[in-house]
Amino acid sequence: MSIELKVNGRVHALDVEPRTTLLDCLRDSLALTGAHAGCEHGVCGACTVLIDDVAVRSCLMFAVQADGYAITTIEGIAPAPGELSPLQDAFCETHGLQCGYCTPAMILAAQALLTGNPDPTREEIIEAISANICRCTGYAQIIEAIALAAERMRGSNRPAEPAP
Amino acid sequence: MKPAPFEYSRPADIDEACAILAADDGARIIAGGQTLVPMMAMRLARPTRLVDIGRIAALSFIREAGETVVVGATTRQRMVECDAVVAAKVPLLSKVLPWVGHAPTRARGTIGGSLANADPAAEIALVAVTLGATLIYRRDGGDTEIAASEFFVGPMITALERASCLTAVCFPVWSEPRVGVGFHEVNARRSDFAFVSAAAQIALDEEGVCRRVAVAIGAATDFPLRLDPVADALVGTRIAPEAARAAVTEALADIDPVSDLHASADYRRRVAVTLALRALDDAEQAATRRGANVH
Repeated sequence: MSIELKVNGRVHALDVEPRTTLLDCLRDSLALTGAHAGCEHGVCGACTVLIDDVAVRSCLMFAVQADGYAITTIEGIAPAPGELSPLQDAFCETHGLQCGYCTPAMILAAQALLTGNPDPTREEIIEAISANICRCTGYAQIIEAIALAAERMRGSNRPAEPAP
Repeated sequence: MKPAPFEYSRPADIDEACAILAADDGARIIAGGQTLVPMMAMRLARPTRLVDIGRIAALSFIREAGETVVVGATTRQRMVECDAVVAAKVPLLSKVLPWVGHAPTRARGTIGGSLANADPAAEIALVAVTLGATLIYRRDGGDTEIAASEFFVGPMITALERASCLTAVCFPVWSEPRVGVGFHEVNARRSDFAFVSAAAQIALDEEGVCRRVAVAIGAATDFPLRLDPVADALVGTRIAPEAARAAVTEALADIDPVSDLHASADYRRRVAVTLALRALDDAEQAATRRGANVH
């Protein structure tokens, strides 16, 4: 089937089998391998992408269902080549990753949270990543990373404090 | 973990969807796909064709109609979870939605999909049965209404006829001033399937006497089970814990819960009693607090 996928702001015309998941399409047809194939049945969360800024499982969606939506993958969140987003920076600084398998999905889940809620509580952060499994970190540094990024993103929109 | 090949159709309206279903025995409806796609990935489901109703705009809505709130079949669970009308008019539905899968599956999963899937542990089905919702489905160009109590006939089995498609569900609105709701669930993780769940809604009068009671359990039986004898025993009384316990225990004495790796049948029966009582207690207390706010 012919479809058009809008991924990270670019429109791609593709020909896919109906049974191709959005995950496989992103990885195999578009070489966007930041969305990871973990369990492939909706349990682990490693395949998380944003559809219209909301976190969803790309393994639980067929590519043919996704045309027309604005899809964001981890490759699309850095402001410019060679740079990191505030969330990516914070994950590095707080050691919010070890093996890295869950990381793109964790960052996108956090991005979805902070888009709608710039000042989340610890409980809201936990809730936002509760659909994503990490087997390395024990989650503590991931929560720390998201809180740090939230604080910085809030601060970046505030005028500088006047000098005392 | 790759689904078997299938054809894909995206009909423009519900009648076209029904026509495609009628022409192909192996066709199945997909809306959110949050249960069907994993089933297909594991090849437990092998539809020959998917009929995608997810973009039929006429099926996605939340509106008040008389003494009901009507939710379109393909309305995303997330939309219902965040809806102010639902929160005000059908608070039990708002209360259970955070327990339906997790946020990313609720972003895609639909209200009608959960109902049509008829998982015994599904919280939305539990609410439909507790409140006595009416489901509407389309077949041969006409709409048919069916009570939630008749819609669920077995685990993952509904009374929906072949080539028909759920279009909406009408949740009754309780207009009494003092209405409270309660919900409890035991599971391994909040996003996971319930081993046992219970929901209750109570309306109190000014004196604190029960005017209306609805209580049901989920996950313990083949489909959600409304405990009407409990409601009958409690209406017209101020809820006394002993009376509630006696009524719930008696109502659940004869259920035949499933037994599996997670929980034995006996455990499920005992927990069902406890959760139903907690749900009733929460509902009564919430209704009582509503009285306190008025004065």
